[in-house]
Formats: sequence, structure tokens, C-alpha cells
Amino acid sequence: MADLKVNIAGVEFQNPVIGASGTVGFGREYGEFYPLSVFGGISCKGITLQPRQGNPAPRIAETPSGMLNAVGLQNPGVDHFIQNDLSWLKEQNTVVIANIAGNTYEDYCQMAEKLSVTDVDMIELNISCPNVKSGGVQFGTSCESVGAITKAVRQFCKKPLIIKLSPNVTDIVSIAKSAEYEGADAISMINTLTGMRIDIHNRRPIIRNNTGGLSGSAVFPVAVRMVCQVAQAVKIPVIGMGGITTWQDAVEMMIAGASALQIGTVLFKDPYAPVKINEGISQFLDENNISSVTELTGTVKLW
Amino acid sequence: MKYEIVNATLLKKEEIATGIFDFLLECPSVSKKALAGQFVHIAVPSKTLRRPISICDADEKTIRIVFQVKGEGTKILSESKVGDKIDILAPLGHGFSVDKSQKIAFIGGGIGVPPMLYSARQCDNAVAILGFRNKKMVILEKDFQEVCKEVYVATDDGSYGIHGFTSDILKKIIDEIDGVCACGPMPMLKVIAGICKEHDKPCQVSLEERMGCGIGACLVCACKTYDKDGNVEHSHVCKKGPVYNAEEVVW
Repeated sequence: MADLKVNIAGVEFQNPVIGASGTVGFGREYGEFYPLSVFGGISCKGITLQPRQGNPAPRIAETPSGMLNAVGLQNPGVDHFIQNDLSWLKEQNTVVIANIAGNTYEDYCQMAEKLSVTDVDMIELNISCPNVKSGGVQFGTSCESVGAITKAVRQFCKKPLIIKLSPNVTDIVSIAKSAEYEGADAISMINTLTGMRIDIHNRRPIIRNNTGGLSGSAVFPVAVRMVCQVAQAVKIPVIGMGGITTWQDAVEMMIAGASALQIGTVLFKDPYAPVKINEGISQFLDENNISSVTELTGTVKLW
Repeated sequence: MKYEIVNATLLKKEEIATGIFDFLLECPSVSKKALAGQFVHIAVPSKTLRRPISICDADEKTIRIVFQVKGEGTKILSESKVGDKIDILAPLGHGFSVDKSQKIAFIGGGIGVPPMLYSARQCDNAVAILGFRNKKMVILEKDFQEVCKEVYVATDDGSYGIHGFTSDILKKIIDEIDGVCACGPMPMLKVIAGICKEHDKPCQVSLEERMGCGIGACLVCACKTYDKDGNVEHSHVCKKGPVYNAEEVVW
């Protein structure tokens, strides 16, 4: 049996498949299908300093091989997360990643400080949510702003710090380098691509927010390309995500340069996807006489 | 584990009105647990998202669903053949709570009619009020006649039954009933909730919203409701609903 363990910034994951933020809530619902330890880690729903109610519905629209969403960071707030969800999550034998989003530097820093004295294993900085006016992506689209927010949060963050990048940028490689330079321990990418669908009968966007974030198989090739480019440019590990649906996608993403993976949209159709993906990876490794999944990372042979 | 996915066998299939399909699915583990007003979340080949469809009826071994073809996903589903396996995540959501001995009006509008059948079955003294656009769209009338003491059918254009809306009928019988369970378009539910409030009758409504995971994790199917302290919140139709007490809903 091949070894599926991966290590990101000193944190050991039992397998490389992490539930992506915004798709698994705080873990409880998927914990009604199977032990949450089938995931190497859980990246919790993006939390903010104060509770948020999010955007009005409709918040979702299906697209060819994917979907748009604009939830708008509905969440019960960081204190509620710490008091009500964290201790339960910590008993589930999976790595717990807190995903944080804010309006200001102070919001991010305060949350990082609060979470640093909890049992959270890692903090993921959400500077890439496309669905709120303030709350992330304004920090995520230039090298200067990504560098500055990373540097600011780094001072308060005593946990391994992951920066989650937006693909809605001109040069994601430079942005990743800025995050690395200012002290990020890992990069996770990609968040959703901004998109829109319109109902041709009433000429209204299907999503009440007008635009939403595109995810699912449709974005997978974009994610593979970006992960590959970034992984070749930075020394810190890259957690790859964006449309991973099958174990073959997972293997491909790791070959592109990912050290671990996040899955999200696939869960809506197949909650058992993490089980199937891990089984598939394991079998692939055995068949190819590869002893550890870590040996796949970044082995793409570019032309 | 609370949730499971089963491959249900399609036993019977019929197009009961233009674009409206009636499926009988064999899935004993689901049908035994299914409660009135709950829904099944159906995976459709080649589509990213499941389709939430209300449970129309259930017995020991089968559930029945009646759905309208509205887009590509329901079109593909409608093309399933008898004997096909259908991937369902079910039963989901909170259903209607029905006091067997009370006289309850079960009100359905259009494609909101099907879930009222299994709901009415839970009541010994059920009254059905069914509303449709026109005669061609009338479905399940006979089924309701078997289950209910009284059945009223109304059409918007008067081409069948009573010319008018379900709310017109409700107004006439409201003093004779103990409560209402309803499913249908939001404007219909709003009027019904208003009538019930005016006459101080309990009213439960089943809401609909575009859905993702179906289990309360992705938070997309938001609707405005009051929490227990009376504050307005976005609750999620798939988990807190689809059935709400009418006074919980921000109309």
C-alpha cells in the first residue's frame, strides 16, 4: 500500500484530499456520510470577524460542466466558530484549517491573533472571494496588496499560514511570489473564476449578485495551468484546487505541482468523492510502484 | 450515518400532463424513512448538480416523485427508462408535521401539488385544495380523492373545476379547518399565509430555492426567515426547510 500522507508546512495530513472552503461548511454535514477523517483536512467555511448573512438568493446557477455561486460569505463569525465548531472538528482526526476573510487589515490580523491561540492547525487567508464588495479579493489582485496583507497577518499568525489566491488576475505567479516573500507557508489555488449567466426570458442574471464564482470541471484546465506555473516559481508548497472531480484529476493536479489538493464542487453530486479519489490515487501509485504520493508532486515533464 | 445515497430502480413511468412526469422508484431504505414534505436529491448524468424533487408519495418499498421538465437536467431525468437505476440522496429536509385527527387543508399550486399527496395521507380528515393554470395541467386529482375527505380543484382560467385561485377556496372553508399545509408559488403561499394569520389558523409552507449540496453545507439555498429571537436571518431551504411555519418566513 502506497503512503498517502503529505506534509504541508510541518502539518501532517493522512491523505492529500482536503475539503475546500465554502463547500463543506464546518464539516458536520459530511460527517453524516462518513467519518470526516476520510478527508486529509477540512478547510472551513470562510469566517469573518462579525457574523454575516451573505447575499440574497438565488446564489447558484449551473453552467456547462460547472456552476456559479455567490453565497457572499454567510457565516456565524470567528467567535462562534471557535466556541461551537472547533472542538468538535478537532475530535474528527483530520487537519482543521480556518479560512478567514475580512474588510480591513485589522479584521484579518484580529482573526489570525484569535485563532493563533486555539487548536486550529492552519490558517488559510481568503483574499480571493469574488462575491462580496469588501471581504477579500480587493487584497488579492496585485502583488503589492497580497504582499502587504500577508506581511500584516504574518505578524499575528502563529499558525502555518496558507494564502488562497484568486485566478482573476493578470499574473498569478508574481502574486504567489509576493505572498512567499512576505512569509506565507503555503499557497492554495485557485479560488473561483468570476462569471455570469443571464436568463434570456427575463434578461436578469440568474444569480442575484449578478456575478458569481465559477467552479467545477469547467475550471480544471485553468487550475492545472496556474498551479503548474506557480509551483515552478515558488519553494513553498502549493495546495491545488479547481474542478478536481476524479482521482485522475487529482493525480494530474499533483503532477502539475500540487503538494495537496482541495475538492469542493464534486461533493455536491458525489459526497463520497474523497473516498473514491483517495482509493484511485492509492491504486495508481501501487500500479506504478510509487511508494509515496509525495513523489508525484511537480513531476510534469514540460515540453 | 444519517445520510445515504441509493440507486433506486425506476419501476413505473408516466407523463401525466405535458412535461410532467410521474416516477415510481424502488428504494426501501429511503421509503421507510421518508416523511411528508421531504425531498430527494437526484444525480443526473452529465450534470454538475443534483436536482431536488419533492416526495409525492411513499410506501414500504417505493417512493413516487412527480416533476416538471424545466431545463436540461429534468429533461435528461425524464428520459430515464423503466429498469434504470437512479442515484438519489434522500430523504432530505424537514417535512410537514401533521396531527392525524385534525381537519387540515392541504393546498398545492401547480408543481407544488405532488408533495401534498403524501402529506394528506398522514391525516384522517384531509381537505385538498389544488390549483392549476388550466385543465391541461391538472394532475393527481384521483389520487387526492382516494386520500382526502374533500377535494377542490381550481384553475386560473376556469377551464376546469372552480374558476379562481386556491386562496379563494381557502377563504370559504377557513372556519371549518384546524390548519393549513401548502406548497406552490411564493405569491400563492404569501396570500394563504395571510389568510391563515387573519383567522388565527396554523399554517405550514414548503419553500423552494435553487439548491447545491442539499444537506446544509454549501449555504446557497438561502431564504429570509426569523430566528427564534425574531431576528431576520438567511436560513437554508434544504436543511431548516423546505417546510417552515408561515410565521417564520419573511414575506
